[in-house]
Parts: sequence; structure tokens; C-alpha cells
Amino acid sequence: MEKMLMKGNEALAEAAIRAGCKCFFGYPITPQTEVAAYLSRQLPKNGGVFLQAESEVAAINMVYGAAAAGVRTMTSSSSPGISLKAEGISYLCGADLPCVIINVQRGGPGLGGIQPSQADYWQATKALGHGDSRVFVYAPNSVQEMVNLVVIAFDKADEYRVPAMILADGLLGQMMEPVSFPEISANKTEKPWATDGHGNNRPHNIANSLYLKPDVLENSIWERDSRYKQMEMTETMADYYCCDDAEIVVAAYGASSRICKSAVKAARDQGIKAGLFRPVTLFPFPKNELKTACRNAKKVLTVEMSTGQMVEDVKLALECKIPVEFYGRTGGIIPTPDEVLAEIKKLNENKGE
Amino acid sequence: MAVVFEKPHALTDVDLHYCPGCTHGIIHRLVAEVIDEMGIEGDTIGVCPVGCSVMAYDYFNCDMIEAAHGRAPAVATGVKRSLPEKFVFTYQGDGDVAAIGTAETVHAASRGENIVIVFVNNTTYGMTGGQMAPTTLPKQVTQTTPFGRDTAVNGFPIRVVEMLATLSGTALAARVAVDTVPHVKEAKKMIRKAFENQKNKTGFSVVEVLSTCPTNWGLSPVDSLTRLQEEMIPYYPLGIYKDVNVRTVREVNA
Repeated sequence: MEKMLMKGNEALAEAAIRAGCKCFFGYPITPQTEVAAYLSRQLPKNGGVFLQAESEVAAINMVYGAAAAGVRTMTSSSSPGISLKAEGISYLCGADLPCVIINVQRGGPGLGGIQPSQADYWQATKALGHGDSRVFVYAPNSVQEMVNLVVIAFDKADEYRVPAMILADGLLGQMMEPVSFPEISANKTEKPWATDGHGNNRPHNIANSLYLKPDVLENSIWERDSRYKQMEMTETMADYYCCDDAEIVVAAYGASSRICKSAVKAARDQGIKAGLFRPVTLFPFPKNELKTACRNAKKVLTVEMSTGQMVEDVKLALECKIPVEFYGRTGGIIPTPDEVLAEIKKLNENKGE
Repeated sequence: MAVVFEKPHALTDVDLHYCPGCTHGIIHRLVAEVIDEMGIEGDTIGVCPVGCSVMAYDYFNCDMIEAAHGRAPAVATGVKRSLPEKFVFTYQGDGDVAAIGTAETVHAASRGENIVIVFVNNTTYGMTGGQMAPTTLPKQVTQTTPFGRDTAVNGFPIRVVEMLATLSGTALAARVAVDTVPHVKEAKKMIRKAFENQKNKTGFSVVEVLSTCPTNWGLSPVDSLTRLQEEMIPYYPLGIYKDVNVRTVREVNA
């Protein structure tokens, strides 16, 4: 397959077109700019619609309309913009409408900064909107994975009628790597629920999240929750590096996992039995995969570009049977392999404790 | 026996939840009659708001979408851009169009989004119990202006169609009322014109309908109609503020 050198944001955008995205609605924000810029050039050429909305709020509601109409649709933003989209995402969840949402994370809170960050983990995985709502959260760690996961995100969103988020960051979005685009077969998910005009040959469809009767609302929530449970059973994805005999397992996702891989390699060179566990889906979180990766672990080190968010899921998944430590940099600072290696060494020295 | 009057097909058999004397029912009927007469029910997608008409998705027989508060024009944009050959309308109240959704409304108009907005102005938030709306008249008593709307504190009501008429993307901006039979007939004509605009891809059409809220105004249905005539119409004059199909007064004089 032919390889091209592409920026993460542009590769992601190209993958969305190939995955059949027909409508993109967005609002400018750094560092996701290239996603919208690329799609404004390429999507109309491929029979799609690119529309710059008046706000993030409008953009996500345009996505809501397009998703209800039954087409594949996407929006892209960065941390502060995702907060603005929270309302619409909750409505998408409540109306069971599939779509793809890109978050090229930057530092927060508030305006924060424009350098890479992983500080939106909790928002993405726990409470992207109000109510009992969840979304698929995919965490790529390379330009190639930006491509692969966008395709999966569209398919899974349609299959489960659950929105899917790509939780990238400014580093992945801005860096260039060789990438190839897999042959993508058109997704055939039927959408008999779409509000696309009943054509006088079926009862009217309604896209809605309002249920004034509590028992009816509760039933609809439990039904949706059963899909979340199914996702947890069958849709988790994770990657392992040197975990088989690892006594020190580093858990990291996205950009920080790349740094951790270098640190693990360096640790191995020094005779330390280190390994790397990388969740690819953050929701559903790959609990069983983590347990497998940690079967010989004496200590676990979670590394994030935040003050420590995923570390809570790591502890929960391991049921506190193995000590879990945390190392993080935040505010747009990327940890260095040396910093992580120093942490690994520290844990290795105290692994008997 | 010949049928001389019946419920429009575009309305379902679900009982409306509106209060006695409320004119939402008339406006629903007018929209449904236009859909029937144009034979477009199967090709129409309606977007309803948050507010008194929040459950309009159960009342219209075409495909329906429930939007978040104020977002109906953005949702309608998403539908229309996905399905440009279908008819898309929103049905919204004053809080939806002119307070929380002002940006969505103005920008849908500025883009010349080829949709119809049916904007029901009753100068109050009906569903939540009668609070001040962006269209509440000066001195009007509401739950949150218990001493009357003080313009020094709360500012002034927004004349929505006058504002939208200034935008190049707007094809039709008109204000009608449903207080008398002639006005109801005129209202239907204007809603029909808005849907015809969409058919002809003329652009954004908004029809503001002056409506009553007897419950929250604390008036009888008949007194409510009198208030509409004596207080609302003077502040919100009826008429066409923009129609790209006809030359405006300014153009004729130029």
C-alpha cells in the first residue's frame, strides 16, 4: 500500500472522507485547524458538505440534524470548544444519533494554552454531557492510527447508535508521519430510524430525547446502558509492549504512550523488566487487557499529560491489587523519556515493597 | 356525503396539550394545511423547539426532530444540508428564536439557509410558567418582572422580523397574527409563501405569528385576543418586511 507523508490532522480528515463522512460542521480553534481547513478543500470535491458554523454550539447541533437525517457526519474541535459542544453531545446520546467528534486536546482549564495535553480524559470518558450518557472514546498514538480509528469510529457509532470521539492531542495533530489509507468498504448500516422524510410509505420517525414520564425515560436509559455494557464486553482495544514478563508496567495512551515506549526500551536496555500497556479505547476501558498485561507486574506507573485522570481507571481495573503510581506533566508540557525512565527506575528499586 | 371540513393529514390524532384559548393549535393547523396542500408531507422534516411547542413532534405527521433550546435553526441546517431536496421547517417560540437561540437564528438567515422558521411570539415563556421573554412588552407583568418590564433594567423587546429583514440571506420576513379570521387567512398565505420559497430555493423565510397565552397573561381567551390587538400589534406591526419576490418600497423609490 502506498505511503504518504501527512500531518495527523490532515490524515484524520482524509480518513473521514474515505469513511463516508458526508457533512462536516466546525468552528475554528487551535490546534485542530488543519482538520477543518483540509475538509473545506476536499469534502465538497467528494460530494460532501463543509460548513463553518457560527459557534461550537451551532456546529454540534448541525451534526445533530445531519445525524438525524441519516448521513455520516463529524465535527472537530479542541478542549474549550468541546466544552461548548457538551450540550449537543448529550442530546445526540439521548436521541441515539451516531456521529464522530474530534478533540485535539490542548491545555486547560478555561482558555488554558494551545500546546498538547491529555487533561480532557475525565470529560471524554465520564461526563461529556449531562445525564447517563457515554460515547466511544478512541485514543490514537500515531498518524496511522488517527486514520484507522476514524474509520472504526464511524462504523461503531452507526452500529451502536452511540457518538464516537477521537481523543487526540496537539502533538498527534501537528506531527507528520508516513501513513497509508486502507481500502474502505462502504458501511452498510441501515438507518430505518432516520428522519429523512417518510415518503408516505412508513409512519413518521422522531429524533428526540424528551420523555416526560419517568418510567419511560428510565426504560430508555437502561436500554441505552445495555449497549454501553455490550461495548464494554466486545469493543475494547489495547496495545502491549514487552508486558509478558514485565514487573513494572507503564500505562499510557496517546502521545504520552510514545514517550513511555522510549522509556521502556531504555529500561529494558538497563535490565529492568519494564513493559507498556496502551489503552486504545478509553471508553470502554480495556480492564481485562490491563489485568493481562499486569499478570507479572509488581508495580504500575501511569503516565499522562495531566495531573492524573486515567490513573483512577487503572486503579479500579486492577482492584488495588497492585500498587499504582502516577507521573504526569500538564499545561502543555510533554514529559521526556528520561523523566519517565527515572520514575521506572525508582519503582524498580522499590518493587519489593 | 361530501366532506367540507376535516383535520389536515399532516396532523396526527394525538390530543394537543395546549391550554384552552391558546393559539398554537391554529398555527399548527395552518402549517399542516400548507403541507397537505403542497403534497409534501413525505418530503418534510420538522424541527421543534424547547418551549410550549416542545411536543410538536407528536402532532405533525411528517418526520420530526426535537432540538435543544434555541438550536432548531442549526439542527434544521444540518438536515437541509444533508437532504437539500427535502423541506425543512422549524417551529419555535420567542425565547427560542430571540434569546437563547439568537445566534442560530441570525446566522441561519445570514447564510440564506433554505429553510422555513415559523416563529410564535406570545411575549412570554409559556412552558415554564410565564417569565419575561425577549419580546415581553415594556411594563408587561410576568413572573420575573412582577412590577412590569422596566426597560432601564431589562432593556427593550426585540423586533425579530425587522432585524432579520436587514440580512441579505433573508428571502421572506413577515409578521402575521391569528386573532381574527382575515388575519388567520393572511397568516396561512404567508406560511405558504415561505414553503414555496423553499421549494424554489429562494432562501431563508421567517414568519412571525403573534399568538396568545391566556394562562400566563391571566386573561380569558377573548381578552387575550383583545390584548394582542391593542398592545402587541402596535408594538409589532403586521406586514411583510422583506420579500425577495417583490421589489421593496425602497427599491421602487430608488
